[in-house]
Amino acid sequence: MTDEAAVKRIWVFIEQEEGRAHQVSWELMGAATKLSQELEGSRVEGVLLGYNVAHIAEEAYRYGASRVYLIDDPVLEKYRNLPYSIGASQLVQKYKPEIFLIGATTLGRDLGSSIATRVRTGLTADCTELAIDPNLKILAATRPTFGGNLMATILCRTHRPQMATVRPRVLPLPEPLPTATGELIREPLDLSEDDIPVQHVGFIPRTGGLNIEYADVIVAGGRGLGSPDGIKLLEELANLLGGVVGVSRPLVDAGWISYEHQVGQTGKTVRPKLYIAAGISGAVQHRVGMANSDFILAINTDPNAPIFQIASLGIVGDLYEVIPELINQVKAIHQGTERS
Amino acid sequence: MHTVVAIKQVPDTTNVRINPETGTLIREGVPAIINPYDLHAVELAVRLKERFGGKVTVITMGPPKAAEALIECVEQGADRCILITDRKFAAADTLATSYVLARAIEALQEEGPIDLYLFGLQAIDGDTAQVGPGVATRLNVPLITYALHIESIDPEARVAVVHRKTERGIEVLRTRLPALLTVLKEIAPVQRAPLANMIRAARYKPEVWSSTDPVAFDQAQIGIRGSPTVVGRAYTPAPRQAGDVIRVSELGLQECVRRALQNIQASGAIDLASIASAKRPTDGNGGEHS
Repeated sequence: MTDEAAVKRIWVFIEQEEGRAHQVSWELMGAATKLSQELEGSRVEGVLLGYNVAHIAEEAYRYGASRVYLIDDPVLEKYRNLPYSIGASQLVQKYKPEIFLIGATTLGRDLGSSIATRVRTGLTADCTELAIDPNLKILAATRPTFGGNLMATILCRTHRPQMATVRPRVLPLPEPLPTATGELIREPLDLSEDDIPVQHVGFIPRTGGLNIEYADVIVAGGRGLGSPDGIKLLEELANLLGGVVGVSRPLVDAGWISYEHQVGQTGKTVRPKLYIAAGISGAVQHRVGMANSDFILAINTDPNAPIFQIASLGIVGDLYEVIPELINQVKAIHQGTERS
Repeated sequence: MHTVVAIKQVPDTTNVRINPETGTLIREGVPAIINPYDLHAVELAVRLKERFGGKVTVITMGPPKAAEALIECVEQGADRCILITDRKFAAADTLATSYVLARAIEALQEEGPIDLYLFGLQAIDGDTAQVGPGVATRLNVPLITYALHIESIDPEARVAVVHRKTERGIEVLRTRLPALLTVLKEIAPVQRAPLANMIRAARYKPEVWSSTDPVAFDQAQIGIRGSPTVVGRAYTPAPRQAGDVIRVSELGLQECVRRALQNIQASGAIDLASIASAKRPTDGNGGEHS
């Protein structure tokens, strides 16, 4: 029989909205499973808050949680800082986890710091790499800082839990084990609606619905486009490849395209299978947002552009020649497939 | 209406460069600026003062040089600025920083009521977005992060309706006041400062608070002692392994593109022949939530 008090619990916050788990939760579950292999006596567990969300625990077991702590309460139906941070902090104080990982989403970034402040511990934001320090046997949480110019590995030596947030798509999604099961621990929340100072009074769904973080193909442009018309060319290739258009920050600042399309430190982190960077010089602020792409094709007139240092293949040439030719040849491939 | 805004002076990270030989950060010549998000927080506070009367107090924790940033806030329309500075505050992480700002705000609360607390969403040097939520939690006031727009605010009835931007859309939230908002740039466009403000700013000297006077900060909760996190190691990111670079001027356009597509296909990243039939990931949240 295991001594429950001696277990080093590695917790993952299972983010959910409207009864559906955010994929970042499972990406974190994969990271937690790796950490647990390096940390003796540890176990991966999930933390789930919401209303009528017990079904998500089943999914958590499949992604590696041996146990899920659930607070299921009407006041948790929609995310609000106060009840979620109080609920999660109560769980921390009761079960004393060693490590607590949260997705660096708008919800997770709102919640994480509130929990860390309530329980008075350290929180490392937007990590890109998590490991167990082999000597200290504590979490080594690495994150970009100074706009991505420097990587810093942060340690939290004495306070527990060691907390970290990780952006969606920074970590790979593990393969679920369809037969895995686990233990559900239900905990109460002693809060009533009157205790909560914030109410949801409306919701305006996002229009356009671009979901660049989870796109398989991104055709991205930068300053080298020269004019807003270049975006149409990117769109044409993106449509052909079943992808979406991304841009570096100057194009958003110039008002050529909406922020939703921005990739990089102050935009989205992406991990597509194919990233085409056209006329993007590859400043570090952009690279930190896309360097995990499977295949990077860079197109730039400047042979010294830093983007070539990370490209799987670089073409030194004018994007206004190369992209139309890409469109031609991809169309030819498709037509060839249709005929065969 | 009394609004307290917390700001940070930051290096302009868009100008930070790395020494390619030593791999270290070149800090010389990097201009210090007001964190861009914070400018909009100050602007919002000034707009609210114009509408409801009252005053705007700006606080910052930082080195003596951060006084420059406060003087810019006076140009923007702030009434009172406090620089919280002491070598004992150095190397504070977000937990220690939120302690100092929350304790300073508590001291201001003793002087008179405060209706609203404003922070920028995050500071561009650390990008943590943790200090605002930490201060709200310590002060036990409602928190709304990613605030995009104030639909209505009534300091008398002590209630506000705020739009909060999330991945899925915009939440419309009603909050009791005082509340703490961390703001996006859209919350208030920065306007040109009137001449009277510039004249006042030219003569303005921010108040300076130390770690002991006028507020006796708990020395165990500030600076490096009050910070649970430490930097174990800092290094420049290792570059990804680069592939070939080919030139249109040497191989010709068609050949370059042919090789690119061949490489993509050979890498197994995507199947070009079948990808056109794949649907675009434009469903509002289908991909995000499994």
